[in-house]
Amino acid sequence: MSQPTQEEVILAQQAQHEAAPGPGAENQGLSQGQIVRKRFFGHSGALVGLAVFALIFIMAFTSVGFAGIPGWWKYNHVDVSPLINDGVPSASLWPLAWGEHPFGQDRIGRDLFAMTMRGAQQSIIIMVIIGGIAGLIGAVVGGLAGYFRGWTEAILMRLTDVIIIVPVLLLAAVVAQMANRRDADSWFAGFAASNGVVVLGIFLGLVSWVGLARLVRGEFLTLREREFVDAARISGASNARIIFKHILPNAVGVLIVNVTLTMSAAILLETALSYLGVGVKSPDTSLGLLISQNQEAFATRPWLFWYPGLFIVAICLSINFIGDGLRDAFDPRQKKFRAKKAVETVRHSSETAPAVPAASGPAPAGDTTPNSDPGEG
Amino acid sequence: MLSYVVRRLATAALILLGASFLVYLLTASSGDPLADLRASNAPNRQQLMDARSQLLDLDTPAPLRYFKWLGGAAQCLVPFAGNCDLGKSVTGQPITEALGIALIQTLTLVTGATVLAILIGITLGIVTALRQYSALDYGVTFMAFLFFSLPIFWVAVLLKEFGAIGFNNFLRNPVIPLPVSLGTGIVLGVVVAVAVGGEIKRRLISGGVVFALVTAVMVYLSATLWFKTPGLGPVVIGIAGVGMAFAVTTLVSGLKNRKALQSSLIMAGLGVISWFVIQPLLAQATGLMIFLLAIGTVLVGVGVGYLMGGYDRGQSMRAAGITAFLVGGLVVMDRFMQAWPTYFNNSRVRGRPIATIGAGTPNLQGDYWILTIDTFTHLILPTVALILVSLASYTRFTRSSMLEIMNMDYIRTARAKGLSERAVIMGHAFRNALIPLATIVAFDIGALIGGAVITESVFSVHGMGFLFLDGITHIDPNPVMGVFLCVAITAMVFNLVADLAYSALDPRVRIKA
Repeated sequence: MSQPTQEEVILAQQAQHEAAPGPGAENQGLSQGQIVRKRFFGHSGALVGLAVFALIFIMAFTSVGFAGIPGWWKYNHVDVSPLINDGVPSASLWPLAWGEHPFGQDRIGRDLFAMTMRGAQQSIIIMVIIGGIAGLIGAVVGGLAGYFRGWTEAILMRLTDVIIIVPVLLLAAVVAQMANRRDADSWFAGFAASNGVVVLGIFLGLVSWVGLARLVRGEFLTLREREFVDAARISGASNARIIFKHILPNAVGVLIVNVTLTMSAAILLETALSYLGVGVKSPDTSLGLLISQNQEAFATRPWLFWYPGLFIVAICLSINFIGDGLRDAFDPRQKKFRAKKAVETVRHSSETAPAVPAASGPAPAGDTTPNSDPGEG
Repeated sequence: MLSYVVRRLATAALILLGASFLVYLLTASSGDPLADLRASNAPNRQQLMDARSQLLDLDTPAPLRYFKWLGGAAQCLVPFAGNCDLGKSVTGQPITEALGIALIQTLTLVTGATVLAILIGITLGIVTALRQYSALDYGVTFMAFLFFSLPIFWVAVLLKEFGAIGFNNFLRNPVIPLPVSLGTGIVLGVVVAVAVGGEIKRRLISGGVVFALVTAVMVYLSATLWFKTPGLGPVVIGIAGVGMAFAVTTLVSGLKNRKALQSSLIMAGLGVISWFVIQPLLAQATGLMIFLLAIGTVLVGVGVGYLMGGYDRGQSMRAAGITAFLVGGLVVMDRFMQAWPTYFNNSRVRGRPIATIGAGTPNLQGDYWILTIDTFTHLILPTVALILVSLASYTRFTRSSMLEIMNMDYIRTARAKGLSERAVIMGHAFRNALIPLATIVAFDIGALIGGAVITESVFSVHGMGFLFLDGITHIDPNPVMGVFLCVAITAMVFNLVADLAYSALDPRVRIKA
């Protein structure tokens, strides 16, 4: 069962590149973790993403409280209070003010700030659960299939193929139906009734590991053929030791990056399912549900629509930027510092050879320079 | 090779069997299909429930029902037998019929959006790769991430509000305020100045020219109330045609190839002449005729290129053919614009042309042009929404693929042997950068059939996604299975096509038989 899928080819090429020594600045005896950390914290987009996400996270979990711990905000997402100024948001940038209902109120007087914060909490919880479960199963299935090959691989990968074509929407609908059955004759219905979000997250996690498993398998397939694995095997290392000590640390970059991207997709998935009515159900709330409930009111109460949407976009965007930063940090081919080097080399070469043909358009900075990287080429 | 394909297809069939069994059971067990009848107060409740049980064969347990369904579905494999049976929906409609209708709706919605998203995404990806780490690159990257993070239903509501309701209000009195004209001019000028690259002076001049041009055009459009009675006319077609001839020649062969430039310019001239000649013919247009005309136009262009010849006959033919197609498009667009006032004042449309829901105005009467405009005005919002959310992945993918190629040794070789930058990019880099994209595009075409569930539900288009969602909410396995079969089969076939195409395009990848 050795079908060279495209992933494997790309990964094989990546492996070739990775085999080459990194650029000089990174050869100063730093460990892999230190290099990755240094690159990640040199990525301004990722840092901004991290800051924004931390801010939203702290705000969402402290303001309306979590798991019985009260928060600092005076309302919660189900409290109904009298409408003030017809529910118009009281927050303003100039003059800087917060006010009684910063994001406004809905038609019956619930505080939108509290609802949005509660929704953001739910979305983040679902996102983390999906990321955790999908990462774990994906790593185990992909790792086993890639390392042991043979029948293990055939069975696990066919299972992956089956799950990958079963529509997620259908599974979500089934879960929603089961959680909604209030006959409470099973422990599941009781558990689902009190922890709807957790159940939804677990089920979505159980189906979103398939992409990760394929990637991890590809990574394991290339890594198990490398010399250091042969060396370990010859010196008598057990399978478990080879997997955990030699292969997994090298595959963890791919895993982390793609778990992050799965998480950002999970946020959109959750909001979409809630929007279609098979995700989080009322009276609990989520960002997608808030938009779905309020889209008719756009003409009269646009803030009900703006704030939840902006929070979805902000969470998803910050996670995407963090993922991008992680990818740059883990992938040695993406050299953040090449731009400056390239510009310098262009300058240098244009001083020595000023007759650059201007008619065909100035050559883009990154391309004309001879590759300054000693490893490639 | 053959054994590889056969083995892949056999595995696919087994996977399909397993997955379809799973889907059937899940749908059947997701709830009670009689729930709405149980809750009703109709006097003939019991009869209705019996009728539905009979129709959906609810007395048979779900696993057995699956095999009954499978027996019907297996007959679809017999070609030309015509007794394909995928069961019936809750309303008693045969699924094969419902699928046919839904498929047409979905394809009209998604095809245009996918093609446009691919074209725009590849262009943006290539431009940002060539201007790596410039302001344009960072701008486009940020926009790509932003679009990637947008929930489509949120975009859809915004588009409905500002794209449809706002634009319709604007059309009532199409006067563009001067600040808006200036603002648009400045924005586009800055974008062009950033995109051009090179020295500051060159950037400033390009940006300034674009700013002046855009602002002047917008002031002119506003002053003449152009949006009430839009049109291009032979003059605009002529000017735009010459511009296109130069642009296409630059990309295809470089302006140094005079014969290619001349053939393109001839096609622009022929386009203007054809505008006068073809108007009576276009009055009786049908879809087939437009299609044949398009093919004819391209053939004429290729013919002109062949006759002009030059040192590279192929380049002349390509340049002239592409120019001919674009100029022909302008002539057709002008004809659509001529039909616009009639459509706009139609009693069914009542001066609010951009529609927010549905796939067409009900009971609209009119010729080919009116009906096609109607389809366009209904498609425009979902198309824009779909393009926005799917653009990002194409842009990012093309960019990284192009960057990788531009660092290859053979690109350096091509430069070293003295090729122009155009030849290096278009001839050596661009084509190879497209190879990995071929697989992505194949995957996306496979997924296209499934429709966009959320987009369809927001814009009330009754396509495949709608059928699927409807089946789930009514706990009706047959439509769900029908949609699932279509989607899964196309996805698997295109997966195979993607792998085969990859090995055909990139000889380094070999398929182990």
